[in-house]
Amino acid sequence: MNNLPRIVLTGIGLTCPLGNDLPTYREALLAGRSGVSLFPVRNMGEQPAGVCNFDQKKYQKRKEIRVGTRAGSIAIYCANEAIVDAGLDLENTDSSRIGIYLGITEHGNVETETEVCSLFDHYDEDVKYWTHHHNPRTVANNPAGEITVNLGLTGPHYTIGAACAAGNAGIIQGVQQLRLGECDFALAGGVSESIRAYGIFAGFKSQGALASHSDPTLASRPFDQDRNGIVVSEGGCIYVLERLEDAQKRGAKIIAEVAGYRINSDGTDYVLPNPERQEECMRQALANANLEPEDIDLVSTHATSTPQGDEQECKAIRNLFGESKSTLVNNTKSFIGHSMGAAGAIELAGNLPSFEDGIAHATINVDNLDPACALPGLITGKAVTKKGGINVILNNSFGMLGINSVLILKKFDA
Amino acid sequence: MDKEKVKQIVLDIIAEIAPDEDLNDVKSDIRLRDQLDLDSMDFLDIVMELRKQHGIDVPEAEYRELESLDSCANYLLPKFEAGAAA
Repeated sequence: MNNLPRIVLTGIGLTCPLGNDLPTYREALLAGRSGVSLFPVRNMGEQPAGVCNFDQKKYQKRKEIRVGTRAGSIAIYCANEAIVDAGLDLENTDSSRIGIYLGITEHGNVETETEVCSLFDHYDEDVKYWTHHHNPRTVANNPAGEITVNLGLTGPHYTIGAACAAGNAGIIQGVQQLRLGECDFALAGGVSESIRAYGIFAGFKSQGALASHSDPTLASRPFDQDRNGIVVSEGGCIYVLERLEDAQKRGAKIIAEVAGYRINSDGTDYVLPNPERQEECMRQALANANLEPEDIDLVSTHATSTPQGDEQECKAIRNLFGESKSTLVNNTKSFIGHSMGAAGAIELAGNLPSFEDGIAHATINVDNLDPACALPGLITGKAVTKKGGINVILNNSFGMLGINSVLILKKFDA
Repeated sequence: MDKEKVKQIVLDIIAEIAPDEDLNDVKSDIRLRDQLDLDSMDFLDIVMELRKQHGIDVPEAEYRELESLDSCANYLLPKFEAGAAA
């Protein structure tokens, strides 16, 4: 690790149910405000969901929006915002040296479902009415590819399918490609359009893992005794990553440095998490970063508000961090629901301002803390200011088929 | 139905599939591609919307008949009239 180039974050673009830029999103996190609302889902009525309301036309022509996908629009918005935030002058940058690496939980469900439903509803299942846009919309590289078309970028682009570990996985891929010298700038993160596919809600419901609550803002409640499942959300978050030396040469603002990471696999089940492997993943990420558990100021948990998943992650965290109170623990899904392939990247973004102000947002909706989730450093209710500041964040993101990803970021210190 | 109505139907479809285009001054005798930002996928959209909205099928070998508003009117008018008579 020590011989590899240091990688830094120099730009952030995001859209999430709490806002379309980091300051707005962070303000809501510190205020303890939920972004979950009711959303009409085909065949299922209104469901609690996280919906984004960014201005699609800010960076896209209306035709692009019509031809492309929602995930593509989210990706285009986030990429453009990240480039602006990074102060990157595209006109004078070799576009073949910009790589795009986006994590996705899934892609194509929305477009396929929409087309199938249209065929059944209006065209008596006659396939001559099936759209010729179907394949370019549903190829797995679509959201990343739409960015290249929108911005005229000619470097590598692809998506990383990593279930709900994908947000971290996209960033990790960007780090690796920069270190390999495959690009000079990486646009890396994750996106999700999942709320627009009823099959995803129906699948979670059949699995007994879909949140329900009379008040949608209270539906996502990780670590609470009454949690009953996931609130599905859409969103995206893309970072500009660069090698430190390059960033310093161009006088870029440095937001944070990548300290270490790890992706591993449970190797045990399609759905059920495995706390031993989660713990191992965090331990290996710490080793990769050359850090000890007590060096971590804040753990950003993956917990999705499912009865079993939250408990298992808490077990893994407790095993690694013991009873230490110096490591704070929070959860962002309690505010915005589970933005699937974007979750890891969006949740990390919400915590990054803590490097500046030392404040960690809380976990909301914990009215009756589940004793199995009562981690010593768990912040519930209100944000806290950490004595000595927050210098290192460990970001968990786990997914189905037992994929675990852990990313560690540190405050930049030249 | 007459040729002017057919041209308006085609323009209405183009307005849907190319919403960024200004259609106020489209010349009937000039290729649509030469005056509007339309690609091959857009022409497939025109074909699809004729099928969905008006029940008119344009075989692939005859796509070239859609190159200008005039050629659209000449080619499609008999199809609209046949549809109306059916």
